Amino acid sequence: MTLTQPEYLIYVDPSKCVGCRSCEIACAVEHSDSRDLFGAIFEEPLPRPRTRVVVADRLLVPMRCMHCDPAPCEQACPTGAMHRTEEGFVVADREKCIGCRTCLLACPFGHPSYDSTLKVIKCDHCIERMRRGLPPACVEACPTGALRFGRAEDLLYEEKRKKALEMILGVQEAGVVYARIEKEAPESPISKVKEMYKPVGWWV
Amino acid sequence: MPEERIYERLMKASRKEFYRSVSMDSTVEQLLEKAEKDGVETAWHRFLAQQPQCGFGQLGVCCRNCNMGPCRIDPFGYGPQKGVCGATADTIVARNLIRMIAAGAAAHSDHARDIAEVLAAIPEGRAKDYKITDEAKLMDLAKRLGVDVEGKELNDVAKEVAEVLLMEFGKPGEEPLKLVEGYAPEKRRKIWEKVGVMPRAIDREVVEIMHRTHMGVDADPLSLIAQGIRASLGDGWGGSLMATLLSDILLGTPKPVKSIANLGVLREDAVNIVVHGHNPILSSKVVEAARDPELLELAKKAGASGGINVVGMCCTGNEVLMRYGIPIAGNMLQQELAIITGAVEAVIVDYQCIMPAIANVASCYHTKVITTEPKAHMPGAIHIEFDKENALETAKKIVRVAVENFPNRVKERVFIPKEKMELVAGFSVEAILEALGGTLDPLAEALKSGKIKGVAGIVGCVNPKVRHDYSHVTLTKELIKNDILVVGTGCWAIAMSKHGLFKPEAAELAGPGLKEICKSLGIPPALHMGSCVDCSRMLIALAALADHLGVDISDLPAVGSAPEWMSEKAVSIGTYFVSSGVFTHLGTVPPVLGSKGVVEILTDKAEDLVGGKFYVEPDPIKAAQTMIQVIKEKRKKLGWPE
Repeated sequence: MTLTQPEYLIYVDPSKCVGCRSCEIACAVEHSDSRDLFGAIFEEPLPRPRTRVVVADRLLVPMRCMHCDPAPCEQACPTGAMHRTEEGFVVADREKCIGCRTCLLACPFGHPSYDSTLKVIKCDHCIERMRRGLPPACVEACPTGALRFGRAEDLLYEEKRKKALEMILGVQEAGVVYARIEKEAPESPISKVKEMYKPVGWWV
Repeated sequence: MPEERIYERLMKASRKEFYRSVSMDSTVEQLLEKAEKDGVETAWHRFLAQQPQCGFGQLGVCCRNCNMGPCRIDPFGYGPQKGVCGATADTIVARNLIRMIAAGAAAHSDHARDIAEVLAAIPEGRAKDYKITDEAKLMDLAKRLGVDVEGKELNDVAKEVAEVLLMEFGKPGEEPLKLVEGYAPEKRRKIWEKVGVMPRAIDREVVEIMHRTHMGVDADPLSLIAQGIRASLGDGWGGSLMATLLSDILLGTPKPVKSIANLGVLREDAVNIVVHGHNPILSSKVVEAARDPELLELAKKAGASGGINVVGMCCTGNEVLMRYGIPIAGNMLQQELAIITGAVEAVIVDYQCIMPAIANVASCYHTKVITTEPKAHMPGAIHIEFDKENALETAKKIVRVAVENFPNRVKERVFIPKEKMELVAGFSVEAILEALGGTLDPLAEALKSGKIKGVAGIVGCVNPKVRHDYSHVTLTKELIKNDILVVGTGCWAIAMSKHGLFKPEAAELAGPGLKEICKSLGIPPALHMGSCVDCSRMLIALAALADHLGVDISDLPAVGSAPEWMSEKAVSIGTYFVSSGVFTHLGTVPPVLGSKGVVEILTDKAEDLVGGKFYVEPDPIKAAQTMIQVIKEKRKKLGWPE
């Protein structure tokens, strides 16, 4: 069974990310020749992770390719190196890449990176795993559920249920349940630690 | 709009703001700018590169103790709640915490062992460059250890004391440590006996931690932490105490001494040697070697008209500052900056808190990093092994390397910050007693009357997680303002030195009661008690004060703090403070928040067991308020006026 876009998607919940970077390691291993951690670390050149955990405010955000449609990177690419697979994922063809790096500038999420040997490096949504009916490596590696994979409809229904519960339980004030309330960033054990450091942590 | 966070601002801000924000010491700002110009990275750069740091590690819920793992507990409850063996977050966090204590206790105690070996070598004539300097202290130690001194030669006493002390590390049987019996107050010993945490042998308690935390041994967080307490007591009242006592006996008990601090102590006209690390056995000989006429002549010939300038860094710096008034260049986070000045010919290191990065930083300048300990090598450094049987000769050999390196200094690349600050250090327990007129009465009276509300003992470390020196200085200023006498050691003491709190004039910053006492005795409101291993001096002072007043240490209006801690040694120190009955503040968050059970034991239940407990608060102002409140409550219980 091949898993296709937009039917399937990766749901990112930054409030659940603890910054262990397991997704980064799994991604690099998946894109290595050996597909094995103990082999990958000895490869030349070393495989590079596509997904990156980024510190933003007090939250950690696993940043990955959104596989946009239409994708600005695909539209900007002059050689067709950046193209869409039949399953709907945007992937880069190293052979066609001329290293102009236009895609780096075009991406609204700062996703692709570039290396003179590896050429353009971007998330391929683990297309080979998808074709075997497996979730992407980053999702499989995430131990806290900050990255989840599934049918978009199922994931979003789950979110809808959560929001619905919040509404009927009066998490929001009565009468303004449908207005978006400015809230502090959602709390997590890690954001709590960061909050504690606010008076003295120059880096927080 | 949520307020803009510092991190986001930093990302956008000019480099200048980054340089300024990381420390309240202006030398850091200047030298970070030079570092980036020179293409050198520092701990602060590497700290940023490490972001985000792994949350499992920060919460203490990652276990690597066996190869069924690594395992981790999901703090959100989505993923696994048990390791492969079934260990819960409580078990894993407790095991990890006491392994930190084991490492800290091992570091302090192994340091003590090295000095005890020198003491043992003296009577045998194998350490000709060392002698018994403080005979009275040796005699007192011998008596406390139960060694019969009547009619015996000094050398024989030293020999017997060394034998007893070396046995403290691994003596068999269930008897308590002789040092604990000789120095800890009876009230404390009874509590430890009752709770079952009396240390038996220094090494044994460390080994027992390693055993208990091995796969499938102790799984009960309370029982694990009790063993952590036992090992920490074997450190505070054992290993650390031994290191302090023997350093004093061999090299002299510190007395008040004037000196200067901060990177401005480096000199353009002299061969600059930085002694860095913890053990004074070698650094004291380096100080001596630098006064050697032949080497001074060589320095002049090499073009250094000012001769040889030995300065200290970290705790070996504190040791030579306390005893010889050697200027102190900075604390742990300034080790790379000293090299970045381009004016340092050699950094001579022994062990602990020496960043492996310095060899790399030094490779960008002419500086030579010289390692001296068989147990502390570093890629990129020169290794000249310290030989206690030929100590002075080894020291001269090392100093010679520095002197001969002087012509390689590139004048255009030298930048020495102007900052230097005067200070008074050297407040051993004996020196404090002497300042008080030989008895604790004046201090006890001042405490009872409320002129001094209480005593705070602060220990060092600096940590790039918090603004360098800021928590140390802010917390200390708040405490002295509220008439709390502050004593302390380690990198805290170096921060105080640099920011002027060790000048007698700093008494002006104190509350009226403390100010009056400081002025009448001519002492600063914060006292330098030595290196971090000398936290044992604080225990001895607390014990003496408690005995003098006829109460337990946990009754005293005394608090402890480690505002910017980072090392495993600090975990051991914090634990032996708590276990000695002291309310102890931690200014950086220990890796325990992943277990509610362990947090509860450390910050609550511990008080019922041993009379002290931990308290975590990074904000120094809030921490000071809580510490002042604790002191108020203790005073109330003693029936002393607020």
